[in-house]
This record gives sequence, C-alpha cells and structure tokens, in this order.
Amino acid sequence: MTMIFGIPVQALLGQLLVGLINGSFYAALSLGLAVIFGLLRIINFAHGALYMLGAFVGYLLLAFAGIGYWPALIVAPLIVGLFGAVLERTMLSRLYKLDHLYSLLFTFGLALFIEGTFRYFYGSSGQPYAVPPSLAGGTNLGFMFLPNYRAWVVVASFAVCIGTWFLIERTKLGSYLRAATENPTLVQAFGVNVPLLLTFTYAFGCALAGFTGILAAPIYQVSPVMGSNIIIIVFAVVVVGGMGSIFGAIATGYLLGLAEGLTKVIYPEASNIVVFVIMAVVLLVRPAGLFGKEA
Amino acid sequence: MHSSQPLLSVRGLNAWYGESHALHGVDLDIWPGETVTLLGRNGVGKTTTLRAIMGIIRKRTGSVAFDGQDVLKLALHRTAHAGIGFVPEERGIFATLTVEENLMLPPAVDRGGMSVEEIYALFPNLLERRSSPGTKLSGGEQQMLAIARILRTGVKLILLDEPTEGLAPVIVQRIGEMLLALKQRGLTVLLVEQNFRFAAKIADRFYVMDHGQVTDSFTTAQLPDRIQSLNRALGV
Ligand SMILES: Nc1ncnc2c1ncn2[C@@H]1O[C@H](COP(=O)(O)OP(=O)(O)OP(=O)(O)O)[C@@H](O)[C@H]1O
Ligand SMILES: [Mg+2]
Repeated sequence: MTMIFGIPVQALLGQLLVGLINGSFYAALSLGLAVIFGLLRIINFAHGALYMLGAFVGYLLLAFAGIGYWPALIVAPLIVGLFGAVLERTMLSRLYKLDHLYSLLFTFGLALFIEGTFRYFYGSSGQPYAVPPSLAGGTNLGFMFLPNYRAWVVVASFAVCIGTWFLIERTKLGSYLRAATENPTLVQAFGVNVPLLLTFTYAFGCALAGFTGILAAPIYQVSPVMGSNIIIIVFAVVVVGGMGSIFGAIATGYLLGLAEGLTKVIYPEASNIVVFVIMAVVLLVRPAGLFGKEA
Repeated sequence: MHSSQPLLSVRGLNAWYGESHALHGVDLDIWPGETVTLLGRNGVGKTTTLRAIMGIIRKRTGSVAFDGQDVLKLALHRTAHAGIGFVPEERGIFATLTVEENLMLPPAVDRGGMSVEEIYALFPNLLERRSSPGTKLSGGEQQMLAIARILRTGVKLILLDEPTEGLAPVIVQRIGEMLLALKQRGLTVLLVEQNFRFAAKIADRFYVMDHGQVTDSFTTAQLPDRIQSLNRALGV
C-alpha cells in the first residue's frame, strides 16, 4: 500500500474527499451569511434553520405532492427565499433603524421558532430522503468508491458559489449591491430602490441556505436539528474568513472542510474541534479574519 | 426676464439633524437653464439645503416644487426619477466599483442624458482608467467622474456641492469649462461654491446664506459692486 508520511494514500484521499463535500456545504452556507451581512449588516442567526427548512420543503414536496428531487432543487430555494422576503418586509426591515443587537436577537429567535416548529411535528429524529435515481450508484476512482451524488454535491455547490460571486462582482445588479454596501443613502439618492434591494438580498441569502439544505437532504437525513448542527461550524468558518468578503467566505468554507478531512486521517480525535482550534489561532493572530479588512 | 415657471421653487424650507435645527426657512427659485450659486461661510447650511431638496434629510417642512411636482412627498429614490441629480460634497465615488461601474451606476431617469461615448470624449482620462477602482483616481478625476455619472442620467437639475474644493488651479479651470459646456446644453445647476470669483464665470445669479437662511441675492452683473461686502460676509 502506498504511504505518505506513514499515512495510507487511500485513506488520505478518501478523507480529503469527505472534507471537500463538507467544505461545499460550509462554503455555500457561509457565502449566504456573507451576502446578507455585506449589505444588511446583520448576522443571520436563522441561517441554519433556513437550511433545515430547505431540506424539509424538499421532503414535504416529495411526501405530500410527489414532487421529486430535481424540481425541488429549484422550488425549495424559491420557497425559502420567498419566506425570507416576507420576513424582511414585514419584520426585519423595521429593525434597521435600531441597534444591530435587535436584528441579531430577532434572527436568533426566528431560528428557535422555526426549529421548534419542526421539532414539534418530527421530534429530533431524521427522515430519510432518497438519492435521485439519476444519481444513484457511484464511480470507482481506483483509490476509492465515489458515490455519484457526492460528486454532484461538490459540482453543484461550486457552481452556485461561482455563480453568486459572478452576480455580485460582475453584473449591474452586483454593482448596485456593492455600492449600496458602501453608501446606501447615496445609491438611493441616485434613484435605486435600496429598500427593495435589501429585501432581495435577504431573500437571496435565504434561498442559498434553502438550496444547500435540499442539496444536503440525501446525504444527511432531513431532521429539525440538522441546521443547528452545521451552523456552529459555519459561524466558525465566518470568523476565520472574516465578515463581508464573498471570495473569503467561499475559500474559507472549502479550506476548513479540507482541514477537517485531513485531521481525520492524521489525528482523528481532534477532527471535531480542529475548526475551532483554527478559529482560536486566527483570532489571536489576525482578529479581522483571513480575508477581512483590518479595522 | 423670466418667461416660464421656475424649474425649482423652494419656500420656507426647514430641516433638522435629529433635534438640531439646521435650516430656518430657505427660499429660492431657479429658472430652466440657469446656473445659480449658493454662497456662504462654513456651516451655514449650504450642503444641508441640497440634501433637504434631494430628500437625503427626511426631517423637513416647507415646500419644494420641482417641475410642478411636490418633491417633499417623494421617497428618496423617487426624487432622482423626478429629474434631480446630486453630486455630493465628498464626491461619493465607490471604491468597490470600477470607474466604468461608477459611471454607469445611477439609472437613467429620462432621455436626453449624455451618451457614454460623449462622456468619454469629454473626459478621456475616465476612458483610459475605466477598469481601475473608482477611488484610485486623483481627486480631480473623481470629481469629474462624480459629475459625469449624473450627466448620463438625463436629469433636468443638478445639485452640485463644492466641485472645486481642494483641487489644483488647473483642475478647477477644467471643471469651470465643463460647467460652461453643461450650461450650453441647457442644464440647470444649483452650485454650492465658496469661491465666488470662480462661480462668477459660470453663474447667472447668486444667493447668500447665513444661519440656515437665504440672506441676500443678486445677479452676476451686480457682483462687482458687492465684492467688499461679500468678502466681509463670507469672511474671506
Ligand atoms: N450629519 C450632521 N449631523 C448633525 N449636524 C450636522 C450634520 N451635517 C451638518 N450639520 C450641521 O448643520 C449645519 C449646516 O451644515 P452644512 O454642512 O449644511 O454647512 P455648509 O454650509 O455646507 O458648510 P461647508 O461650507 O463647511 O460645507 C452645521 O452647523 C453643521 O454642523
Ligand atoms: Mg457643505
């Protein structure tokens, strides 16, 4: 068996792949948080709950309407995004004038409310969600067996990250978003409907969380606690990457997923805490985060 | 002398920053095609007047009629669509946008704005540096960009706040030529300027502000007789 530094190559590559898949979820989720934080200046504590909501919408669509994975991949994010738009319009937008603590508390309460609702009906156990038949099976890569669905997750998440980056950095709408992040009043004085832009941005961030949720449904089970399980790590990712940078959020998500995978082969006992150790070190050395602007 | 209605008519405009009362009943009129300059010492409320007309300051009373429309009732983003463009004192060039993105940012609100080609012909520097970040431009170039992006939109009235502040004399002259060119195109401009010698070359009329009110007004022809009293009033 081939070894690198006393580690079997097969195990190494296998765990790196697992890390890449986890990293795909971290990247997509921290990207949504960064998009929302960039313009609205609020930390969306409901992000994990919206991720869970995306998975549940997919599950319910299948269970009650017979709508399968592929349509759900479009419909679930739309529903979660719409839910986000309604939340922003009716509640969150009323808090902008107040201290940011209020919107933080609001999204935190919202997370508890959404999670509590689903716990009431489904307990904390998971519901299975089958891999779509078109992505069943897998490919033998020689060093390991790669389930097709997991390969799809890596591709889909990466495409969404790149698409979002393109939308923000290279389009007209993105230039409104970037400008409004710098000086919302001036952008509105130029005739851009900034309140609508805020609604759209929150909805878009929520839709990203919903998309990640439905993407995750066949891998993890669909459960009310799936959001709070992953969101703690995602917040650590955000701290490591630094708030507000789109590219930083994506890169850090993948980086920490891979770091986790690597730790599983080198020192498995530490794999659950490695993200937090990295976070602590980054906070000591570079408090603004790897990609954040130093204050 | 004035045939039609004023394009902008401000009456008894009051404005507040929180509890602090900054404008105490400003009255002014601007007729179509005029360039009118607002003079006054630091802190008398010139910028505040522009912000209150634009709607950036929301705590206002009085009336601002523009093109027959009561602008005070409009949401901030509707004011531009009514036909008023704003060039802020601090220029407001966006660092995360390229020069060209900065130029294209304000939505066109009417036909009759300058085309991008015309703008680049007028400001070759902007063309040359169109893909660099907006704030990498020199102060003078940033000021030109701040004016150019409003020219694209086709607004009828431009509120222009101290465009020559802190700029070298050659650039000031260049901006003066630009403002003359705009005037020839029939644009109406409300210009805030401390330097009335500069303003005399382009303005048709002057208003003088003090303590949040308009205290004096005169035409450019009357300026020479006023120089001494103005120097005193403006503390130059
Ligand atoms: N954002 C603000 N909050 C509170 N007070 C303000 C604010 N901006 C201006 N003021 C106050 O309002 C008054 C008018 O200020 P304004 O900026 O309109 O003056 P100005 O005539 O434009 O002066 P300058 O020539 O220095 O630009 C001043 O007393 C100023 O201190
Ligand atoms: Mg001023």
